[in-house]
Amino acid sequence: MTGQPDQEWGAECTSRGASLGPAILALFLLSPSFSTRALAAGDSVSADMEPYYEWTVKNLAITTPIGGRRGNAARGRLLSTERKKGNCIACHALPIPEAEFPGEIGPPLMGVGKRLSEGEIRLRIVDAKQVNPATIMPGYYRNPKYLKNVKKKFRGKTLLTAQEIEDLVAYLVTLK
Amino acid sequence: MLATTALVSLSWVHAIEPKSGYQWLSEEAREMQDDEFANPGYLVVDTGRDYFKKAGDNGKSCASCHGNDGEELNAKSIAMFPKFDEQAQRPITLQGRIHACSREHLGNAPMKYDGKKAIALETFVRNLAKGERVNVNTVGPIAPFVRKGKAYFETRRGQMDMACAHCHVYYVGVRLRAQILSKGQLNGFPTFRLANQRVNGTHSRFRQCENLLRSRYGKAGADEYVNLELYMMSRGNGLKIETPAVRY
Ligand code: HEC
Ligand code: HEC
Repeated sequence: MTGQPDQEWGAECTSRGASLGPAILALFLLSPSFSTRALAAGDSVSADMEPYYEWTVKNLAITTPIGGRRGNAARGRLLSTERKKGNCIACHALPIPEAEFPGEIGPPLMGVGKRLSEGEIRLRIVDAKQVNPATIMPGYYRNPKYLKNVKKKFRGKTLLTAQEIEDLVAYLVTLK
Repeated sequence: MLATTALVSLSWVHAIEPKSGYQWLSEEAREMQDDEFANPGYLVVDTGRDYFKKAGDNGKSCASCHGNDGEELNAKSIAMFPKFDEQAQRPITLQGRIHACSREHLGNAPMKYDGKKAIALETFVRNLAKGERVNVNTVGPIAPFVRKGKAYFETRRGQMDMACAHCHVYYVGVRLRAQILSKGQLNGFPTFRLANQRVNGTHSRFRQCENLLRSRYGKAGADEYVNLELYMMSRGNGLKIETPAVRY
């Protein structure tokens, strides 16, 4: 793997208990030739072509779907564990048994559809800093012009597309 | 009352007390680090020793000035890098010092910063100070550079819009996916990383985390990384040097 950027967002190798066996396994999983993932880097849905859609916050919620898109919960479920997409699992536990070793930086998202309204969930995904300015959680649909020192490949782009945001919202509201 | 005060101050001490990444290693990884035969970093120490003895373009080697196995080098002094370079009026890293010696005293062509040869030499030299405590000066003319490094560490960057401090100060000990976040200490560098199966310099490691943040990163050896190394190394003052450490 020498010469490869060996570390992708949240996929920092090794496993729980971090023993060497799984470390080797993780290396294997990280290698570019091994692709079981539904969406590989940059293919299918991409933020490349899309315009940026403005959104407005009221009472710590965004009630209107971004870009007027209609979400698909099944796709949202996939995105939530997709390393190069939402990768929510890096920080949050989710009721997805096949996704092992969830992170514990954010609160578990089980029952989030009971705790928060659809609009509140949307704001937390779009720009969690509106709720807590100091948060570590990335803003998945912030105006890219406010971001600094972005790697060239990602400049001018939101982390996720409007459609992907709506897919995730559609999925999270089902977590009752 | 006294008890509460004591508790509060204890947790504060815990928060600011430096801790080596060793703290969060599995038993297996620790054993690998501690066993010179199992730790692949020692192969690089050996390579570094060979370079150390090898004559440069003007016939001299590092060993000509510093002893055949580097025995004339002072471990306490190695533990003080990055230091203020009086001549250049800015900080210089241990590797920077090695580059300067190679160019000026051996007459060699410049090496690549964090390249194989420079890393081997740095690993060998820093290993001479293994067990010595990190002791970076932060006052006097070096202070403004420490502040710059600290600002870098605490500034949000990249498409993820996170600062180094988010993970390495606020969520230490917490799992990001399967990975436990450490304090991002530099006392084990150059480190053998299980993730990429090679020995990594500090600046290469910075670039790897910046890549994670989808941030525009600098070149190894760049001023901003020298300042960052200076600040991050000084955060670990008092930690024992572990080079070559094993890390994830
Ligand atoms: C780097 C860590 C990180 C990532 C990645 C992350 N989150 Fe979060 N998230 C947090 C943290 C921390 C909080 C707690 C809020 C705070 O920090 O103020 C949070 C809060 C939330 C909340 C509010 C939960 C509640 O019960 O109030 C939702 C909803 C949420 N995240 C959804 C997501 C989704 C969906 C994704 C992926 C698209 C995601 N998060 C990715 C760290 C993260
Ligand atoms: C989203 C989380 C995250 C952020 C933000 C982050 N890192 Fe890291 N970093 C990690 C993980 C995960 C590791 C591997 C486990 C560990 O040692 O913490 C790591 C390890 C390191 C190490 C190796 C520590 C050792 O003992 O070997 C250094 C050095 C480091 N990071 C520097 C940085 C710098 C510099 C920045 C900012 C430019 C940064 N990190 C930002 C997640 C992060």
